[in-house]
Amino acid sequence: MNNSLIVLPIVIQFLAGTVLLFFWLKTNTQKVLSGLFSAIALVISIWLFMLVWNQGIQVTQSGNWKAPFGISFVADVFGATMVLISSIAGFAVSIFSAGSMRKERLEFGYFPILHFLIMGLQGAFLTGDIFNLYVWFEVVIISSFVMMTLGGKRKQLEGAIKYVSLNLLASTLFLVGIAFIYGLTGSLNMADIAIKINDIQNRGVINVTAGLFLVAFGIKSAVFPMYFWLPASYHTPPAAVSAIFGGLLTKLGVYAIIRSFTLIFGGDEFMGIIMSAIAALTILSGGLGAMMHQNMGKIFGYLIICHIGFMMVGLGIFTELALMGTVFYLIHDIVVKTNLFMVSGVILKINGTQDIKELGGLYKNYPMLSLLMAIPLFSLVGIPPLSGFWAKIFWIQAGLETKEYILIGFIVLGSFLTLWVIAKMWGEVFWKPGEGLPKKANGIYFDQLSGADKWQWIFPVVFLSIISLYIGFAAENIIVLSQKIAGDLMNPTGYIESVLGIKLLMP
Amino acid sequence: MKSLIFRTASTYLLPLMLLFSIFILLRGHYLPGGGFVGGLMAAIAFLIHSFAFGLKETKEIIKINPGYLMPIGLVLAVGSGMVPLFVNDPFLTGLWFEEPFRFIGMVGSALFFDIGVYLVVIGATLTIMFSITESV
Repeated sequence: MNNSLIVLPIVIQFLAGTVLLFFWLKTNTQKVLSGLFSAIALVISIWLFMLVWNQGIQVTQSGNWKAPFGISFVADVFGATMVLISSIAGFAVSIFSAGSMRKERLEFGYFPILHFLIMGLQGAFLTGDIFNLYVWFEVVIISSFVMMTLGGKRKQLEGAIKYVSLNLLASTLFLVGIAFIYGLTGSLNMADIAIKINDIQNRGVINVTAGLFLVAFGIKSAVFPMYFWLPASYHTPPAAVSAIFGGLLTKLGVYAIIRSFTLIFGGDEFMGIIMSAIAALTILSGGLGAMMHQNMGKIFGYLIICHIGFMMVGLGIFTELALMGTVFYLIHDIVVKTNLFMVSGVILKINGTQDIKELGGLYKNYPMLSLLMAIPLFSLVGIPPLSGFWAKIFWIQAGLETKEYILIGFIVLGSFLTLWVIAKMWGEVFWKPGEGLPKKANGIYFDQLSGADKWQWIFPVVFLSIISLYIGFAAENIIVLSQKIAGDLMNPTGYIESVLGIKLLMP
Repeated sequence: MKSLIFRTASTYLLPLMLLFSIFILLRGHYLPGGGFVGGLMAAIAFLIHSFAFGLKETKEIIKINPGYLMPIGLVLAVGSGMVPLFVNDPFLTGLWFEEPFRFIGMVGSALFFDIGVYLVVIGATLTIMFSITESV
């Protein structure tokens, strides 16, 4: 169904970034406007989600150029859900940034860049064109380069160099992959490619292309063995930036993998084996890495990797049930990871350090706050009925059905490692007596802030915690949603038909 | 730069190059040219002026901070993309006036998009070059 208004989530973020540019250096105005625009964007994305949920896939052909030739924007349930979740995370981070970012950083244009980054994400989730997807990736990456280096500390630049070089390599590989696809099919529209790629005899070239895409998206989503840039860089920027990076950027890679490997390179056995191996090793390396470190930022960085591995399991098994788990986990993970990095920011503000050896006594001094922080931490572990729990049932069930016992083993192992790490963190940071620990003197601490300023730190955490509680306790709604998405992904006929405006002849 | 020849030439070059950049801007769409090239040309015109007379003089000619040209251009570009939404056409559809304008030729939403790009390029290039010049 044609609806030209589905570009609005992209346009509103673009307008937000542009309007904020007019208020360069007026950081207080920027804070208010950024929150306002993020709220509007959230409302628009809820509207888009309801529209797609009730009326099916919405398509617009930008510039009115017909489908395989122009750039199509497609809002299917998967895309609309991702837009909604990223708007939720964007809203929370926008409020959190208003409280937590230092003025020097804001004066270098933090807020406009934040909105341009979210615009890139929304564009990537809504586009139906593979080259356009590349362009949105670039928008996101260039914005993230700026956000990562904002402030220009030595440690940050060191992290940024690893991040930039690896991501540029990934972009290049992605571009080469697109060139292969274009050479093979003569089309860039993903729906069109999905039809034409079936007619190609030379399966070897297609597997090579799929490999290029896997490496490119794999670097971006930090899977084994291309993950090492993530822990090296994600703990360096301020908490608000880490939150948006940890919550959304790697998930963009996962989204791209899911989209391209269901729609274009669907169900290839060789790819399935590779995906499974990658998934298992990613879980292992992420989990072990998280056990080793003492810095909260680094621990969460490694946990991101571990849980990206979980999501890859769904693609390795590649049944509807397994994909359902992956989609459910993706929804849960964006909310929780964004929240966790904000929590680590709040802890840094309270004690001036993120080293869990030097932290302690949080539960005694801030009981309510600790209970609040327990929600994202325990959701991450997946203690039933919190949100991380449900997806694992589907994976294990799907693994039993397809007899992938090794993968089940790795999921259980990954969950145990996560549990161990979070339990250790809980013991050290919250339960350990806090007396006699060194308190570093840097800037204003949390208890010295005024009430309104405190709420700018706490409100986003509360907001995202409520969302993850909803995902956990109202799981039946999310399960229905992920079931629908997984069904659409396994059978992309509806997507292809809506984009190209044709009826496919079923074989 | 102290060279008299360069100074004298640059006073004439500035208006000429600006005019030519507008010509290139309007020539775009169906023929080589457009906002990006035109914008670069205009930025170079101001740069040559600043080499000859110094940054202060050039800033006085431009009047506004070139940084603000970027958001103005972006608003113009996205605005021209959004106009078709109000007449129920998809985003970025080209809408055209039926009659050609004198000197300019056919005018459509693409022209406003190009003007937006033109302003963004001038703004970005001048901001980069001015901040480099100032920091040296």
